[in-house]
Amino acid sequence: MTEQFDFTTTSESVVHPRVDTSVFDEDVRADAKRIVDRYPESRSALLPLLHLVQSVQGHVTAEGMEFCAEQLALSTAEVSAVATFYTMYKRKPCGQHLVSVCTNTLCAALGGDAIYRGLSEHLGVGHEETAGTPGEQGSITLEHAECLAACDLGPVLQVNYEYYDKQTSQSAQELVEALQRGEKPAPSRGAPLTDFRSAERQLAGFFDEPAGSGAGDGQPGTADSGARQAVHGPSAAPETLQGARLAHENGWTAPAMPDNAELPPLPEKK
Amino acid sequence: MTEANAQQGSPASRETAPLTPVLTRRWLSPESWTLSTYEQLEGYTALRTALRADPDQLVELVKSAGLRGRGGAGFPAGVKWGFMPKEPSKPHYLVINADEGEPGTCKDVPLMMADPHSLIEGCIIASYAMRANHCMIYVRGEALHCVRRLHHAVREAYDAGYLGTNVLGSGFDLDIVVHAGAGAYICGEETALLDSLEGKRGQPRLKPPFPAQAGLYSCPTTVNNVETIASVPYIVNGGSDWFRAMGREKSPGPKIYSISGHVENPGQYEAPLGTTLRELLELAGGMKDGIPLKFWTPGGSSTPLFTADHLDVPLDFEGATEAGSMLGTTALMIFNETVSVPWAVMKWTQFYEHESCGKCTPCREGCFWLAQVLERMVDGRGTEEDIDTLLDVCDNILGRSFCALGDGAVSPITSGIKYFREEFLALCDRNEGARGTQDERDDKAGEHGRSQAGDPALAGAAR
Repeated sequence: MTEQFDFTTTSESVVHPRVDTSVFDEDVRADAKRIVDRYPESRSALLPLLHLVQSVQGHVTAEGMEFCAEQLALSTAEVSAVATFYTMYKRKPCGQHLVSVCTNTLCAALGGDAIYRGLSEHLGVGHEETAGTPGEQGSITLEHAECLAACDLGPVLQVNYEYYDKQTSQSAQELVEALQRGEKPAPSRGAPLTDFRSAERQLAGFFDEPAGSGAGDGQPGTADSGARQAVHGPSAAPETLQGARLAHENGWTAPAMPDNAELPPLPEKK
Repeated sequence: MTEANAQQGSPASRETAPLTPVLTRRWLSPESWTLSTYEQLEGYTALRTALRADPDQLVELVKSAGLRGRGGAGFPAGVKWGFMPKEPSKPHYLVINADEGEPGTCKDVPLMMADPHSLIEGCIIASYAMRANHCMIYVRGEALHCVRRLHHAVREAYDAGYLGTNVLGSGFDLDIVVHAGAGAYICGEETALLDSLEGKRGQPRLKPPFPAQAGLYSCPTTVNNVETIASVPYIVNGGSDWFRAMGREKSPGPKIYSISGHVENPGQYEAPLGTTLRELLELAGGMKDGIPLKFWTPGGSSTPLFTADHLDVPLDFEGATEAGSMLGTTALMIFNETVSVPWAVMKWTQFYEHESCGKCTPCREGCFWLAQVLERMVDGRGTEEDIDTLLDVCDNILGRSFCALGDGAVSPITSGIKYFREEFLALCDRNEGARGTQDERDDKAGEHGRSQAGDPALAGAAR
């Protein structure tokens, strides 16, 4: 019989050119460890780690993949295979803000295609392209997105994954112009707007105060911290509550529950 | 739509109101997402009852309530729970599919924003019933506010002793991890979700083994939808008879119907299963600006289209299936006469092409070619033969793909051609080149005229 090849990789056995990962400082490495510790098996940490990489660099770089590989004792090929599979991992530097316009059928029929076209013309960029210098204030990456699960509020767009509901070509253009001026208009639903990298840090599972704000205890419930404001950012559009409100106004309810509902007996052991 | 359906229709024999807010009941309360509001409104009372019961009693309860999976397939949740081994030799996992992405579907996102504790309480009860000490909530990455609210709620639950070691002094331990996805529709497929959760590309696995035998980390795992699990605390508190007082025999309970598109008041309407679109449209204020209904989906783009002839189909799992579609996620996308069917079908097909994971050939190649052909047709460069090509490719995808994504991808095409073939033909008539070489198509162009509903000019209006 032929020899069995051993495909398992350990950090010792992986041979690849050294990529400098010093851009990820001690704080980031500590965060990475906290992510890995959440999971029964370390590899589950890869998706949040890639979000963490984007929170540092604004996209998934070669260093970022090397960093993830180091943390999880994977090969960079294994990391790259994952990083290239998912839409939210950006291969090119992302702007300060990521503007995602839903152009799936329903939003498109309600005006989403026109909104995307208008923004594309205004910014002079196409899908996954950036107007302005990536990372600098007012730079915007545009993308068309698939269904954003807000169909009752279509056409919708997101900025850094916060919802801006019931948009028109004009409102979307005004929004983007404000972003370009460095303003941060409040989303219809979601937290006060920050930027793409901060959103990525939250997707990595960190909801504490951004570094340097002096309130990094990670307790969203305390005081009037930014984290608290973020959690309590608006979530219910009139449409969301349409049915509940209609039922309330008409006195419609589900049947009353019995006072002491009984649990069924244990099934007989076979 | 058959008469038999109409007669079985809505649960007239049961005296329920048109809307039965259960899952959506707390949504009107101030700061409904906080633990304090949740506890004021009976929150975590079901958990106390559940922890006093035997786990198997809870499985029996969910079985007898007839709760069916709310993620699209409608598989009985209690039966699924019953597949989990009784004696844990390996760790058990509960995984929540919160990767809401089916076009038209927008029920789990508002639920997680408005009432995350109902999901968490459901997770604790379900984990206890299935002897799982780990629960993962896989949330769609784009739903950042949901991720945020869930994180906050999980932290509150830990602080209050509902999570962690020795939950409420019961001796039961549970940890919940909120995990954000990264933008891949396929991860809504349960085995692809498990691969993704293991830090891999989100591609579906061959079944069997089913997740109950070998799921996350090859351990016994149950994957349930958000709305399914959020229903569990109410079933524990109300009992199976109460739950069955809503909906129909084989599809009991309330359901969040998400109505979107060309209606006066789109939104979330929680009604008993089996409610018809006619009834829901009335609640939603009718068609927007009175422009007539043309086509709609009962449960997202993967469920075959319905038309104005299907207004009285009872929207439960059986009713939708008998009428030739599927209930899916009760995502009712409503389109009026201004929207071109071939254009809508093309847009959906482009979506499936983008989201096909590439694992199996029929779906990867088929969706690509379907999109090419449809784009050509909508562009006015199609021929009648293209319709046959579409149906032929669909036939090679349906039932031959590795997972249900391929089956979903062909739904809009085959149903669109079934009900609106003349619109596809009208597109071919626009093809000047083809008409010049085929006399008979010349004749057909004359017959069809230029101003019918399928006129591509109208598609332009909608684009």
